[in-house]
Parts: sequence; C-alpha cells; structure tokens
Amino acid sequence: MALSMRVPSYQVHRNPQRCIDCQVCVRQCTYGVHAWDEDFQAVVADDAKCVNCHRCVVFCPTGALAVTPAPHTFVPNANWRSDDLREVYLQAETGGTLLVGMGNDRPYKIFWDHLLLNASQVTNPSIDPLREPVEVKTLLGRKPDALHLSGGGLQEPLPPELELEVPIMFSAMSFGSVSLNTQKSLARAAVEEGTYWNCGEGGLHPDVLPYAHRAIVQVASGRFGVSVDYLNAGAAVEIKIGQGAKPGIGGHLPGEKVGDEVSRTRMIPLGSDAISPAPHHDIYSIEDLRQLINSLKEATQHRKPVGVKIAAVHNVAAIASGSVRAGADFLVIDGFRGGTGAAPLRIRDNVGIPIELALAAVDSRLREEGIRNHASLVVSGGIRNSADVIKAIALGADAVNIATAALIALGCHMCQMCYRGRCTWGIATTDAALTKRVNPDIGARRAANLLRAWKHEIKEMLGGMGINAIESLRGNRLALRGIGLSERELRILGVSAAGE
Amino acid sequence: MSSKRVVWNEEACIGCRLCQVHCVTAHSRFPGDVLKAFKLDPQRPVPRLVVEETGPLSFALSCRQCEEPECVKSCLTGALGIDRQTGTVKVEEARCIGCWTCVVACPYGAIRAGAGDHPVASKCDLCGETRSVPACVEFCPNEALRVEERGV
Amino acid sequence: MRYVIIGNSTAAIAAVEGIRRVDAQGAITLVADEAYPTYSRPLISYYLEGRVAEEDMGYRPPDFYARQGVQVRLGVRAARVEASSRRVVLEDGDELEYDRLLIATGSRPLALPVPGLERPGVFYFNRFDDVRALARVAAPRRKAAVVGAGLTGVKAAEALARVGVHVTLVDLAPYPLSAVLDPAGGEMVRRRLETAGITLRMGCALEEFVGDSRTAQVFPGEWQDLKEKYRRCLVGQHRLTGVRLQDGSSLQVDFAVVAAGVVPNVEVAEGTGVEIHRGILVNERMETSVEGIYAAGDVAEGWDLVRKERRVIATLPNAYRQGEIAGVNMAGGNLAFAGGVAMNSVNVCGLHVASAGLSNAEGPELEVMVAGDPPRWRYRRITLREGRLAGFACIGNVGRAGILTALIRAEVDVRPFQLRLLDEGFGLADLPEPVRRKWDWERGERSWASR
Ligand SMILES: Cc1cc2nc3c(=O)[nH]c(=O)nc-3n(C[C@H](O)[C@H](O)[C@H](O)COP(=O)(O)OP(=O)(O)OC[C@H]3O[C@@H](n4cnc5c(N)ncnc54)[C@H](O)[C@@H]3O)c2cc1C
Ligand code: SF4
Repeated sequence: MALSMRVPSYQVHRNPQRCIDCQVCVRQCTYGVHAWDEDFQAVVADDAKCVNCHRCVVFCPTGALAVTPAPHTFVPNANWRSDDLREVYLQAETGGTLLVGMGNDRPYKIFWDHLLLNASQVTNPSIDPLREPVEVKTLLGRKPDALHLSGGGLQEPLPPELELEVPIMFSAMSFGSVSLNTQKSLARAAVEEGTYWNCGEGGLHPDVLPYAHRAIVQVASGRFGVSVDYLNAGAAVEIKIGQGAKPGIGGHLPGEKVGDEVSRTRMIPLGSDAISPAPHHDIYSIEDLRQLINSLKEATQHRKPVGVKIAAVHNVAAIASGSVRAGADFLVIDGFRGGTGAAPLRIRDNVGIPIELALAAVDSRLREEGIRNHASLVVSGGIRNSADVIKAIALGADAVNIATAALIALGCHMCQMCYRGRCTWGIATTDAALTKRVNPDIGARRAANLLRAWKHEIKEMLGGMGINAIESLRGNRLALRGIGLSERELRILGVSAAGE
Repeated sequence: MSSKRVVWNEEACIGCRLCQVHCVTAHSRFPGDVLKAFKLDPQRPVPRLVVEETGPLSFALSCRQCEEPECVKSCLTGALGIDRQTGTVKVEEARCIGCWTCVVACPYGAIRAGAGDHPVASKCDLCGETRSVPACVEFCPNEALRVEERGV
Repeated sequence: MRYVIIGNSTAAIAAVEGIRRVDAQGAITLVADEAYPTYSRPLISYYLEGRVAEEDMGYRPPDFYARQGVQVRLGVRAARVEASSRRVVLEDGDELEYDRLLIATGSRPLALPVPGLERPGVFYFNRFDDVRALARVAAPRRKAAVVGAGLTGVKAAEALARVGVHVTLVDLAPYPLSAVLDPAGGEMVRRRLETAGITLRMGCALEEFVGDSRTAQVFPGEWQDLKEKYRRCLVGQHRLTGVRLQDGSSLQVDFAVVAAGVVPNVEVAEGTGVEIHRGILVNERMETSVEGIYAAGDVAEGWDLVRKERRVIATLPNAYRQGEIAGVNMAGGNLAFAGGVAMNSVNVCGLHVASAGLSNAEGPELEVMVAGDPPRWRYRRITLREGRLAGFACIGNVGRAGILTALIRAEVDVRPFQLRLLDEGFGLADLPEPVRRKWDWERGERSWASR
C-alpha cells in the first residue's frame, strides 16, 4: 500500500505522571487511538486516528489526557488552508465523496450575533419573572381567519393544535441516525417538559411508543415505517421535503447500520441500505404536496396538524407560501447550519442560506400575503442558546427546533464523525454496546434540564423587555436592533440598526 | 434486619471499569485520591468487583451478599461470616489464610484473591463505614450501579 | 427438644447453627473427645509453621457456645449410643438423653499396615494435639519423612519445610495430589514442592518405620492413645531412626508423619442398628436408618452429586453443608441436600490448586479438555460428561473457579460454550442468556432449583 500523505490533525497528550494504566481510555475510544502496549507496559496513542471527541479526556480518572491540534503546521496560505490540503489528500486516496456529520462549520456570518434585544427603562416597567407570571406557552397550528360564535360557543371547532409549555422542540432525528437511547432521552424530556420530539424518518420503535403522544412523526421520501397506526400514534405529522444540512439530497443509512431493531422499525429488510430518495417521487408541484397533505389529514381524521419541513434555500419564501397554501398547518424551516448524521461535505458547507434571513423573509412574505395565521412557523438550524430562541421569535418564529444543542446536552462533543457510526458518546450510532453509553435516565434528565434552563432565561429576557407573554414578542421586530449589518441585511431582517 | 448490596443495570453498564479504579482507590491507603492510590500505595488492593464483557453485554459484578452464602459455609477458618449488624458478608482479614476455598465456592466469582505479601480474600464490603455510598456507585459515570436494600 | 451432638468440628458447629435457625430454645449438648473449643482443622499446618497462634485457631469466636446456648462437654469421648432408650453413654460413665442425635465424629488418619507404625516418633497430622507435639520435634535441620502426598501430607511437608526440617515426601502414587490431579497437574505440584526444598520419593511404598532396639517395643497404637505415644517421644524415651522403602533404600529420619488418608469414625454408631457402609449412611435429609439419629461430615456417607452414589466426601465445605442441613431437619425444618461435590482449594508453597468433582478422571464417557502453560504455573483441566461439567482442576490461577463449581451443581448443558471453560477469563457473561438470567444462588441451590 502506498504511503498515505495525510498528517494527523490532533495530538493526544498523556501526562505520564498522572497516567495510572487503568486503560479506561483504551476501552472508551472507538477509533482505536489508545492501546495497551505489552512491550512498553504502557498505554500508547495513535494520534492519526484521533477525532478529538474528548471521550478519553472526560473519562480519564486522573486528568492525565489532553487533545490539542497537532503541532506541525502547513505552510501558511490564505488560499490553501490546511483543511483544503487534507481533503485533497483524502480524496486522492479514496476517490470518494467527502462525508461529514453535524452542521456547516464554515465561518459564515452568524446573524444571531448581530442582533441585540431591547430592555425596559423608566417608561415601561420591566417584570421580575420570579414574582410575576411570564407566559411562554405556545400553540402551533392553523389559526382561523375569524371566529364565528353561536350560542355562547364556537360555531366550528378550532383546527388541531400542538400545545408547547416552552417554544422549543427537538428536531427530527431518526432511530438509525441516532441511537434508540438518544431518542428515548429526548422523548422523555419532551414529555416531562411539555413539548414535542420528532421521530424523524425512521419510524417509531416500540420502546418509544409510550412517548408517542408527544411525538411529531415524519413522512419522508423513503416512507420508512409509515402506516396508519404510525400516523395516528403521533401528535402531528410532518412531511419532510428537505433538510438544512443537505438541501436537495436524500438520505442514505448504510446497510451495516440496519440491524434487527432498525430494520423492524423502518419496515425494511435487515442489512439493506435505507435510501431516502432526493425528491418525493409523488411530489412535483405544490398541487402534489396538497394531495399528500390532504391524504395525511384524512388518514388522521383531521385530528392532527400536518406540517411541512423544508430547507432554507434561495427561494424559501415562495416555497413556504406555496406550502401554506397547500394546507400545511405548520412549516419547519431548516437553515444551512442545521445538523445531520451524514452529509456530503461540499453540500453541507455550500448549499442553502442562513436561517435568520430565511425566517425573516418567510415571515414577511406570509404576512404580506395575509396567510401568516394559516400556519405556524418553526425554525431550526443553529439555535445555540436561549438568546437565539428569543431572537428567532422576535423575527417571527412561533417556536424553534433544536437538535445539535440537544445532542450536546447528551454529551456530543461535535467531532462531526456521526457518519462513521462509532460515536464514542453513544449518540450517533446503532452499535448495541455504544448505544448503552447514553443512559436514558441521565439523557432525559440532562435534556430536560436544558429546556428548563432556557425557559428560565427566556422568561428573564422577556421580563426585562417588560413583556409578560411570549405571544407579545412574536414577530415584534421592534424588539431587535442590528449591529454590524449592511443596509441590505437590515432590510431583509426587517430590523433597525442599533442606535436607530 | 435489612441488608444492602450493589446491583448493576446491564443496560447502562458501558464496561469502562471506572468502578474498579475507584474501588481500588477507596480501599487503598489513600481513599479519595486516585493518583496517590495508584502511584504511591505499595500494597495497592485489587478491585472488589469484576467487570464482565462479551459483545455488547457488560456488567460490573460484586458480592451479592447472599442470604445463604456458599463462601461463608465453605470458609476453612471461619474468617467469613455474615455481619450481625449489617447483614452483609464480611471477611475478618486477620483470620483469613488465603486458601481461596471461598473463591472456589462462590457461584458468582465475586470473591477474589487479594494482593500483598499475605493475600486475603477480597470482596465487596460496601465501602464499610467509611463512605455513605460505595465508591463504585458514586463514580459510575453512567449510573449503572446502585445500592439495593433488601428486607431479610 | 433435647439435641445431642457428638463432635465439635465443622459438621457439629454447622448443626448448631442449623438448629438455631429453626429452634431458638431447644437444649443443645455437644460432646467431643478433643479438649479444645472448636478450631479450624486445616489451620493445624499453619500453627506448625508458626503463622497462626493457638488463640487464633478458633473456627468460631470464644463466645460461640454461650451465644448459641450450647452445653459443652469437651475432652470426653462418647463410648456408645443406646438407640432404644435414646441415650449417649460417655466414656466417663455419664449419660446424655436426646430426642435428636447428631453423629459428627469426623474421621481419623488411616493406620498404615506397616511395621513400626506404633513407634514413638511416628506422628499423624489430623488434630491439634498432633501438631502441638510435632511443633516440639520439628526443628531446623532435623530430618523427617512424610508418608502420603495427598492434601494433608503436602500441607504437613510444606509446614515442616518452612520451619527448616529436611522433608522427604513418600507416596506410592507417581505424583503428589494424585487423588485430585492428573499427571500434568501433579507434575507442577511436584516441581513446586521441590522448589521449596522438599525431596519427593514418588511411586515408592513404605516398608517399615525403623527404630533403635530400645523402641522396638510394640505400642498399642490406637489413635486415642496418641497422647501417651507422643509423650514418650517427646521425653526422649524412644527414637525413630529411619524408614525403609519398598525399593530397599532407607532414609535416615528423626521423625515421620503419616498422612495416608482418613477413615470415618463410625464406631460410636455400631450396635445401634444404624446402617454403616464405609461411613454412616445418610439420606438427603442427613437422617440415618434409625429414627432420631442423624450424621454429617467426614463420618457420613451421603449423596455425591457428581459420582451419583453415596460416598464419604471428607472436605470441610461438605461437612458444613451436611451439618447445617442435619441441624435444620433435627429442629423440625425441612431441607434436602441435593448432594455434595468434593471440592478443594489449597495453597501449596504459594501455588494455588483448586479442584472439584471428577478433576482427574478419564474414561470413555468423559471428555477432557486442558489448557495452560505448566512451566509458567498455569493449568486448567475440565472434565465433561454428557455435555455437563463434571469436574475441574485449576492450578496457578483459581480466580472465579466458583462459577465452575456452581456449573457442576447446576448440571446445565455446557456444550454451547465449553471451550470458554478453559479460559481464565471465563465468567457469567459467557453463559447462554437464559442460564445467565436464572443464575441465582443467593439461597444456595434452592434459589437455583426454584428458577
Ligand atoms: C491438616 C488438614 C488440612 C485440611 N485441609 C482441608 C482443606 O484445605 N479443605 C477441606 O475442604 N478440608 C480440609 N481438611 C478436611 C477437613 O478438616 C474435614 O473435612 C473436616 O474437618 C470434617 O469435619 P467434621 O466435623 O466432619 O469432622 P472432624 O473435623 O474430623 O471432627 C470430628 C469431631 O468429632 C470429635 N469426635 C470424634 N469421635 C468422637 C467420639 N467418639 N466422642 C466424642 N467426640 C468425638 C472430635 O473431637 C472432633 O471434634 C483438612 C484436614 C486436615 C487434617
Ligand atoms: S481464603 Fe480466607 S476467607 Fe476464603 S475460605 Fe480461605 S480462609 Fe476463608
């Protein structure tokens, strides 16, 4: 075999004064970095294999380990960065498409960080959420244009709605892309905190059925696991058209990951590749989408909201408008920083637009067309903290979806190796031994803690603005000011510049 | 009388063996300091629990504190007995001669040969009175171990 | 209820504990010819070495009898039992009435049919008194022959060697521990003993204990008169000069230890109608053929789970199990013993040797597997019969061998994982899932059987 020309990206440092040869690192590393060497009678490391996942660092009982960037350096070159070289070396070796996990990590502008929130001073008193109630309950679904009353009640029943105790849901993550324990953790946290989780396109495993009443079930281009029972088990149905990390691209769960459980849940043969086609083969127009929406509503006796998830692409506003007109009760718009279990690197890093801009554009468009009340707007793709959430709501979102943040809560250290199925944190894997690394008791507790913490912070920020219900902030772009943004960006976002 | 023991959840055990590291530490001359226990204790004890692993299955097994312990009945010297206060199976180390009859009697393989010049039988003592929670339970990173209380 | 127990060792003590599990009140009287509070018999070699002091020999703490409410008559022999009137007649003429009687008289060393056995200077290695006497003649650079390279003989040889005695171990068998080990295992033990400075004369029968003319006088030689014999040796009245072996060679020795096996002390039961074979025959409840009379321990011939026949299993764990079951049943409880498994673990000069069941047997119906590295003190031998584990020997590393012992008792089909049995890392995780799930021994075989 010819010499590989790649160089290690990371270096593992083991402090021999602290290493006790317990080999916990050896057992924790799934990439074969650490090994016990019989001749040296010591633990040794193969830096080249390290993905910088921190599992060993966190588990080492004596703090003997650290991982740093490899000390060697490429000749500095503003054009040819080290990553560019590494990628060429790898492709020259393999001849394959570069795959990657998690979301776009390129240094594109993060608009959240260029938006500032307002606060009350003197003329409008702020509210202390510890003393006064601040309402963050959120309802998702179609709102009627007008209410017709008769005999002290509504003439027609309200369309079905989802009731969220906090305007944050967990994004779609299928069993297969993530471990069952990961799904269980998020499902339990969603139930505990009164919000929703999303089973993704992988069907519903029997173990998560107890949490199905808080699940949004997906219908994607592969139609995995879809049946009438499945549709009716969930709280809402979501048609997945696209995903922010890989717009225009389908899904591919390699056959190795399709074990017993995955095969049964997805209703596909054991060991077969689970391929979600790039398009839905029955959707070539808004009219086709309307048909599917209607069929799903029929299948669920119009008792469940049916939504559509699309990736934030250039003409997102028009597509959103069409989807709402096709009957979607809610829209999920996934920005280009959205995470994934596996995506082609070039697509992930170069396709789509930021969620902030997409959200502003969609919200404005639906308002202009007078159909904003026909569907709720959920955004995802790079929501990192409660400030991002509240800014999204001020920009016009009804709620947000989080995936990456939820996985980080479960232990993910963003090594981006999800596609390899060897996730050391037991998250992006279906390996039975690795799956156990997420204990659903702990996972549920941590994910619920995150939701609660963000809820507290959201209430604090709302109170600071003198707002006692999140409803009053929704689409209120006056609560935002831009900083370091161009005139054009400010216009698209619909916000004034700081100081204005 | 009620008795306690450590029980495992094999769904959560990830086979990392940190329980063993902390068991050794808790029974060393430097309880509470992993580094010193491993670097400075010349008579570093052996772990009192066994981590078993095949394929995805793993669990950390320690003394079941049996109601009718084979080890106690088999002990050649009477060094093993059931503690009248706590109901747990206890080794009186001074009286143990290291014959390992108990090792050959325990159906769980939960008694091990100890370390040192005059090795004695080594088994889970629930960290005795020195800790409120056994070290393995406290330090299991995945909460796969817990203390179970049984009425006897 | 009045309980009388003859014996004060493992089986007797276990019976007391068994009775008290059921009956806290009943009057227990325990009688034994040895004058010491219960002590651990295996500790006698450690006492001889000087590793264990007399006060640390106890099998139970000194307050055991008081705590358990037991009347003790130590240092007096039970002469006979009158079953019809339910009385035990003691040697001193006293009589003890019983409702339930346990015979736990254990075993005594086999008296080798060799001339000169009676000579002072020939010791046994069975009782505390034996080693108390031995301790006074065992001195550095003295020479001794140990006759019998079984477990007791080997421990005796080791203890003597540790105090500096030049020991020659003699046995007709080709290698030591031949009752439990195969040749390869026995060879390891031989090497280990030689490393410890012990000379081995294997495959060699003893012809005679030789003394000088003054000692030619024949001594009654009955085991109960040992004290007198030992006394004479110690006061220097008589001298052993050597032993003569079958091949015509002679060894010059200052004293000798005979450890050629044990025979059950059944005499006390004679004439009662209790059925006696080699030992006293007992059923699974430890009842003898006479109502109200039980037997347990080395004196009893109970069911052997592995050999599927009644047999004397002269090991301490078996004595405890039988004694405890006898006690519970005597007090009105109802426990059955599935059977004993001959099981041993011994430290031979730092080499650990464990065995259970058919540990060295061969035969057409047996499948034998071995693994290890004898030169590096590692050996494992597994015996299977009809797909079940029937025995094992582990040398060097005995870690977790208890799982193997339990597998013998469990009688489960081990074929699906039989090769793993040879692995030192063999554990519960290697058991098939259904077996592992029901692997419950917290209440002994009863929990296993109830699953
Ligand atoms: C040196 C040595 C080492 C050993 N090592 C081991 C070992 O490593 N592992 C193992 O499993 N086993 C070992 N054994 C065997 C073990 O000690 C016996 O199996 C066990 O002691 C049997 O207990 P028992 O209660 O049946 O009888 P014994 O221990 O033989 O006790 C018999 C009791 O009965 C009393 N007695 C006898 N006759 C009468 C009578 N007529 N009247 C009154 N009292 C009487 C005696 O005083 C004694 O108290 C060893 C034995 C020896 C001698
Ligand atoms: S090793 Fe110690 S505790 Fe175990 S049986 Fe022997 S003497 Fe008893």
